[in-house]
Amino acid sequence: MGTEILKTPAPTAEELLGRAVQDPRDLTRYLYYLRNVRAEGLSVAVAPLDAAINWSRASSIWPLTFGIACCAIEMMATGAAKYDLDRFGAGAFRPTPRQADLMIVAGTVTHKMAPRVRRLYDQMPEPKFVMAMGACTIGGGPYSRLGYHVVKGIDRFLPVDVCVPGCPPRPEALIDALMYLQRKIAADRPVTDRYLRPFFSKEKRR
Amino acid sequence: MNPREIHTLLKERFGEAVRDWTEPEVGDSSLDLDSGSLHDVCVLLRDDSALRFDFLRLVSAVDRTDRIECVYHLWSYELAHSAALRVELDRSDPRVASLSDVWPTAEWHEREAYDMMGVVFENHPHLHRILLPEDWEGYPLRKDYVAPREYNGLTNE
Ligand code: SF4
Repeated sequence: MGTEILKTPAPTAEELLGRAVQDPRDLTRYLYYLRNVRAEGLSVAVAPLDAAINWSRASSIWPLTFGIACCAIEMMATGAAKYDLDRFGAGAFRPTPRQADLMIVAGTVTHKMAPRVRRLYDQMPEPKFVMAMGACTIGGGPYSRLGYHVVKGIDRFLPVDVCVPGCPPRPEALIDALMYLQRKIAADRPVTDRYLRPFFSKEKRR
Repeated sequence: MNPREIHTLLKERFGEAVRDWTEPEVGDSSLDLDSGSLHDVCVLLRDDSALRFDFLRLVSAVDRTDRIECVYHLWSYELAHSAALRVELDRSDPRVASLSDVWPTAEWHEREAYDMMGVVFENHPHLHRILLPEDWEGYPLRKDYVAPREYNGLTNE
């Protein structure tokens, strides 16, 4: 085992992990990674756990069910049969923030609405992600100049992970944003530090 | 009944409180009233057997910069005719009687007119803002409205 690897300079465990998490849906890559790490004798038994956790997180992003304005219609279309968000494991719109991972803010956020949106966000468990869907949520959109009642961008009160431009964005754009978010999640390291040591080891943390 | 006939009928009953008929340049003709007689006129419009206005379609307010107008659009399902009433109010203190005891649907419409234009409807059961937050300042659809620079810690620029 491992003879073909020894011909070329051995990749570091970090490189291997980087390669493995390119596509979180491909389990065989993780198994390959696991094998290589063991062939090199690296002591990173928990590193694949990162990948596995990321993989499961990225393939089951459950959004919170709520739509505020016209963009929500496109979000519903994305969730429905034709565009089928379920293909990405993200079709389970949760009716309670306590079960949701992703908040798709789909529509105009008014000053009256902003505290309510923030409260929903606060009720979601970590890790949580926010998608700003549509021009309104990115910077006020059609209301950016004369809309006295619209918050000019939800990044003023929420940490935004992905912005989806458009008025409204097409379902393809929303799906693209979701896949972007999946890549973002895949680059995360939930249980190891930057030397691929587990957080629970006694050595220095990141 | 067409608006002209309704006007003649109202003129007979209320005399000076109903302004003279003016032919509109465009659009529908409206019946101009004194704001003080509005409630009585509306009770008659609802109950008179020849009028039977059983549905208030819309209450709106218009800022004409020197005055505020309240416009009421009525419809009769029974007799299938419509009418529009208009009252002029003082812009510095716009007050008019509420119609929510004549047509219950007026309640929300009047709250909206209050929210956006600051028209005070007397005897309204629950005159609060309906769309904007309770602590909002000013009436946004007035022509001289200036949007707040900041609300609730969020800037508006
Ligand atoms: S971005 Fe356009 S489509 Fe989306 S909520 Fe705003 S106005 Fe509506």
